[in-house]
Amino acid sequence: MRATTPAEDLVRGIWKENPVLVQLLGLCPALAVTNTVANSIAMGLATFFVLVGSSFLVSTFKKVIPHEVRISAYILIIATFVTIADLVLAAVVPLIHKELGAFIALIVVNCMILGRQEAFASKRPIGRALLDAVGTGMGFMIAMLMMGTFREVLGNGSILGVPLFGDNFEPWVIFILPPGGFLTLGFILLSFGWWQERKAGTSKIRQWPHGVATPSREEAA
Amino acid sequence: MGDLLWILVSAMLVSNFTLSLFLGLCPFMGVSARVETALRMGMANIFVLVITSMCAWVLNTYVLPYAPYLRLISFIVVIASLVQIVEMAIRKISPTLFRELGIFLPLITTNCAILGFAIFQTNRGYGFLEGLTFAVGAGLGLTLALVLMASIRETSELSSVPAMARNMGLVLIIAGSLSLAFMGFAGLFST
Repeated sequence: MRATTPAEDLVRGIWKENPVLVQLLGLCPALAVTNTVANSIAMGLATFFVLVGSSFLVSTFKKVIPHEVRISAYILIIATFVTIADLVLAAVVPLIHKELGAFIALIVVNCMILGRQEAFASKRPIGRALLDAVGTGMGFMIAMLMMGTFREVLGNGSILGVPLFGDNFEPWVIFILPPGGFLTLGFILLSFGWWQERKAGTSKIRQWPHGVATPSREEAA
Repeated sequence: MGDLLWILVSAMLVSNFTLSLFLGLCPFMGVSARVETALRMGMANIFVLVITSMCAWVLNTYVLPYAPYLRLISFIVVIASLVQIVEMAIRKISPTLFRELGIFLPLITTNCAILGFAIFQTNRGYGFLEGLTFAVGAGLGLTLALVLMASIRETSELSSVPAMARNMGLVLIIAGSLSLAFMGFAGLFST
């Protein structure tokens, strides 16, 4: 693996390798609970806490955990932090906790968190692991906020429950229902694709006449 | 009997695990490129869900009343180890079946559909038989979603898709449309 600077470790997860928008990890919570901004923030914070906490512990105990049972050990560590987050949310914001329901518990199986432990925290010193966790957690929160804002503004005409438009606004209800989650992320990914096309230059697109063999994935990327 | 039928159909269509609860999205995005693989993945899912249902019922009835805060950890540990044991048993008893389903089993164990299922079953207070029905319904629903998605993706591979949609964007839009279609089942039980 190429050596990275501490700054790179921190920044990488926020945008360039954003866990949700680029790597498509942790999709379950990103699609399921982003129907309002408040839910997105609560979920983002809970995931951030679990990710940072478990990266710290995994990195601390990396010499002690036997290689063969490392995945189970990581899951146990993550599950401990999720239980803490679950109880804290239930005590502090009971309404949101009720609305998020089973999805708090499902942070355990968020592949983003397990992925960071396996790929980073288990191999690097504690400081670096923390930086990486903070960066990835921020990236996750940014993605959650983007989705949550998009969906609440369109689907309910409000942000954090405060109405934005007048009475004449007819809310686009589909965006706070399940299909809206898929469609929102789909639109975000499509606009990323469009933007990359633009960056790659339009000259390449003009060379493809209709009906001729389309270029391979590598060329498009 | 009517209750069981209701649980089955509602888990399969009305609140489909993938398309309306967003559980099990990883296989839905990852293994849905070919119909045959998707079908096998679905079968493996049904299998693991049934095991999960039984595990969760035993834990809920005999163990967790004494230590409710251990719910999450014990679900994960017990389900993962039982699936591992069953996998070894299948490899020994029926190598054909193992070739069909084997590679998917370890992947599925840490899937949110499985843990989510166990939690839903607990929250709704299902008994043993209801739990089993719920497992079969949820598994069939997952299989249905996977196979539908795979058939659409197989077809769309041959069509000329705009370059900007060549990443996962297209798949998500298709999933959105499928989810929209499944919302139509919401009116199936009006009572």
